[in-house]
Amino acid sequence: MSHSTLLVFEVTILVLAIFLGIEVISKVPSMLHTPLMSGTNAIHGVVVVGAMLVLGSGHKGPFTWIVGFIAVVLASANVVGGFVVTDRMLEMFKKRDK
Amino acid sequence: MSYNVSNLLYLITIVTFILALRFLSNPAHARRGNQLGAIGMLIAIVVTWIKTGGTSWWALVLGMAIGGGFGAVAARRVKMTAMPQMVALFNGVGGGAAALISLAELHRILPDPGRPKVDIGLAIVLSGLIGAISFAGSMVAFAKLQELIGGRPITYAGQQFVNAALFIAIAVAGIALVAGVQDEWLLWVLTAGAALFGILFVLPIGGADMPVVISLLNAFTGLAVALGGFELESNVLIVSGMLVGASGTLLTLMMGRAMNRSITNVLFGAFGQVSATAAAVAAGDGGGTVRSATAEDIAVMLAYAHKVVFVPGYGLAVAQAQHDVRQLADLLEEKGVEVSYAIHPVAGRMPGHMNVLLAEANVPYPQLKEMDDANPEFSRTDVAVVVGANDVVNPDARNNQGSPIYGMPILNVDDAQTVVVLKRSMNPGFAGIENPLFYNPKTVMLFGDAKESIVKLAQDVKAL
Repeated sequence: MSHSTLLVFEVTILVLAIFLGIEVISKVPSMLHTPLMSGTNAIHGVVVVGAMLVLGSGHKGPFTWIVGFIAVVLASANVVGGFVVTDRMLEMFKKRDK
Repeated sequence: MSYNVSNLLYLITIVTFILALRFLSNPAHARRGNQLGAIGMLIAIVVTWIKTGGTSWWALVLGMAIGGGFGAVAARRVKMTAMPQMVALFNGVGGGAAALISLAELHRILPDPGRPKVDIGLAIVLSGLIGAISFAGSMVAFAKLQELIGGRPITYAGQQFVNAALFIAIAVAGIALVAGVQDEWLLWVLTAGAALFGILFVLPIGGADMPVVISLLNAFTGLAVALGGFELESNVLIVSGMLVGASGTLLTLMMGRAMNRSITNVLFGAFGQVSATAAAVAAGDGGGTVRSATAEDIAVMLAYAHKVVFVPGYGLAVAQAQHDVRQLADLLEEKGVEVSYAIHPVAGRMPGHMNVLLAEANVPYPQLKEMDDANPEFSRTDVAVVVGANDVVNPDARNNQGSPIYGMPILNVDDAQTVVVLKRSMNPGFAGIENPLFYNPKTVMLFGDAKESIVKLAQDVKAL
């Protein structure tokens, strides 16, 4: 795929994702807005994929080493913390359990 | 693993993320959705791991262990009342990671013959910029909410000018980079400048408005991640990042609407300061008589009511009284009283925060009523019990055009037969705004610490 074809394709899915995001979120009741914030927070932790690609790339100098490593640490904290804290919150939303 | 296979597997990740958000539409299966998202994330990590082909595998393991370990411990230990700052912290580190990826990508591309293509250059600049703002801004928000620094808006002369000058400097550096000036230090200047901008941008915003800021910064991080996807040609980053970017933006706007304030006003209004003068103006209206009663009297009133609605505010969370309220509610239900909770969208320290706190106290979620469902019910309510809430039940928001909160949608507790307000003293609330509800003839005040008052009420109801 040529560079410009790829770019157009990427922009297309970007724009579709905007509409999808708005569509999905507008169905979430305000009762769950805190878990929604922390849940979307966990989802952007997918940046860990980018961090891994940087740290796991070949032929890298010390600069990329350090930057990539810190990025992986930060992104991993984002992923694990985000999902765990959201799970803790959602676990508490129950119907009467008596 | 071929490019196509890995992208198909990443597509599975994307689908799980969308489902995770979709499942959040109902508390009954929201948790399953979140777990599905976590599985999707795991798939993405494994696929990426295979793609790196074992290069520097030990560094990856070490980095993920440190970060993941910290995240897991922090997430397990955090109290539910401290949730806003936890979200700010996790949001910030995500933004920081996105900014670092930009630095590394530019460093990798620059030695290649020919400057980076304009679109890649633009993605690097914007992702670095937005990621750095999000990182630094979230850290300030965290510090404010954790009370490491004062929650009051910090303002100084020429603030807007300094911010504007800084922003122009950042913009110039960014344009130069995109236009093909091949100097790596420019991106450093840009990232550092953006971080400084993030700090200066959040400092003047008051603690009460932090949730809006966090939601906005959440959208920023999402956007930075999506732009990172352009740098790395990664669909999963583009789609997931933009999902978060769109949802964060929408949520920010919804919160602004719930407070009847424009986002510009929240970000640049330094609200805590403005309201000090407004309170001085409004203070003249007070001066009616205030009726107070003993816990015994109110206990009788509650026990013989048909329908009681609790209106919890942040004061309830501060007093850690949510468990005691639930116990009181259980006692009333045993006596045949219909109990529910009316929750304003901005009660607590972030949207929906009060619901989480009450859920933690084992309140079944069908009893938690959102504002639009709760308001028509008040006219059929015998007693509305306001615990630690103030501005969200202030009738001035409906009637008094001079009030700083005029136009904000509120819970119409004054439609109930009787309103009981639990309050420490007659001091005005967090935003310093006078509340005529307290002078309403329907209103009975019960002065004292919220937790102690609730416990006392529960004892008296039990004794009946």
